[in-house]
Amino acid sequence: MATKSLLARNNDLANTARQMEILSSGIFADGELPTFANKLKETHQFPLQPKKLEILQINLGYMCNQVCAHCHVDAGPDRKEIMTLETMQQCLEVIKNTGAHTLDLTGGAPEMNPNFKEFVEAAAKAGIKDFIVRSNLTIIRANKKYYELPKFFKKHNIHVVSSMPHWTRGKTDKQRGDGVFDKSIKALQMLNEVGYGREGSDLKLDLVYNPSGAFLPGDQMALENDFKKALKTDFNIDFHNLFAITNLPISRFLDYLIASENYEDYMFSLVDAYNPTAVANVMCTNTISVSWDGYLYDCDFNQMLNLKVGSKVQHIGDYNEALLQDRNIIINQHCYGCTAGAGSSCQGVVA
Amino acid sequence: MAKPYYDASDLRKFGKITEWSEELGNKFFDYYGKVFEEGALTAREKSLIALAVAHTEQCPYCIDAYTKDGLERGITKEQMMEAIHVGAAIKSGATLVHGVQMMNKVNKLEM
Repeated sequence: MATKSLLARNNDLANTARQMEILSSGIFADGELPTFANKLKETHQFPLQPKKLEILQINLGYMCNQVCAHCHVDAGPDRKEIMTLETMQQCLEVIKNTGAHTLDLTGGAPEMNPNFKEFVEAAAKAGIKDFIVRSNLTIIRANKKYYELPKFFKKHNIHVVSSMPHWTRGKTDKQRGDGVFDKSIKALQMLNEVGYGREGSDLKLDLVYNPSGAFLPGDQMALENDFKKALKTDFNIDFHNLFAITNLPISRFLDYLIASENYEDYMFSLVDAYNPTAVANVMCTNTISVSWDGYLYDCDFNQMLNLKVGSKVQHIGDYNEALLQDRNIIINQHCYGCTAGAGSSCQGVVA
Repeated sequence: MAKPYYDASDLRKFGKITEWSEELGNKFFDYYGKVFEEGALTAREKSLIALAVAHTEQCPYCIDAYTKDGLERGITKEQMMEAIHVGAAIKSGATLVHGVQMMNKVNKLEM
């Protein structure tokens, strides 16, 4: 398994323009499959426009202690893009006035930003009630300085959302790296110990499931039941909900699809599973994604493809919510990943 | 190069069988869909049965389809292989149990 990002490996796909070229050529150029825009037009859902803004998702940096095979961020220990204090300050100004009720912190491993805790505390003071931290779990076990994270999360009543591709060691480590399963289990137990994930607990602990390969996620509820049963029986672990998230064909997952000769079949699966009902609730309609350097995107995936919002306002420093809400969402073929089957978002299924 | 009898991409065209016999095709797909719904058996159990039968029937399309279906349901490769062994055991058992017929015949014919 690779231990470096595509960027550090000088892989062709670290270039976002190259990814866009792949997504726009081949089966989509010769008409074998309809482009996402044309598919939206079939159901009169083009152009896609935002609804009420609910979630501000801030990416605190691409640095991560893991190098997951499917990572759409191409995150890893070698990524040095980290949000500065200055950009955080600009985000805080926006947080004070935004209509969004939820602050969703992601990365990389957001906890690896040296000012992570200070930022959470300042955002809490600025009035944010609903915090989400997307934690990879192993960070809690990566270094002594992170051992106190569960208590810190608890103090601010942070909703913890953690990745877990399977309830077995083999499938987990294959996607996320050797030893990840055992460390994740230990981290989940630590979160349970401080009260996270227990039945009836206000300390919300949800898991994210991504398929570990070129196939779509199955029924979210059925998977949640299987995860709950296995994690309870084997490790006495409790959690609240499972979010089944479809892998989008970008970055490392795109690299994998192409290298394993699964790209075309995967795109056919996504297009075959297109669900217009899911389109109505895709996350770009209620979320703004902010990158480590303060630029604004319709979603985290567009951020990784360097597709900035289609608005005069493109940076957090110039933030104007009313102006920003009056925009068309930037789409491309990767968007099929959010509209397949029951749909997919950072909060799981949408239809 | 000779064209193969089976083409993996033909699986996606399965639905087209309705074009040449709409009523029967639709009835089949309705039935098929209903069979695999959650019932007295879970959809997961049905998927494993389908995988085993796909192998005993040696249908390459069904093997592709139900391997993928199993992965989507979080079924592990060990569980899939065990399911195939169930099919294989019945296949070999079905062969061997006919050995009794052979034995009966030998016993009848031999002095």
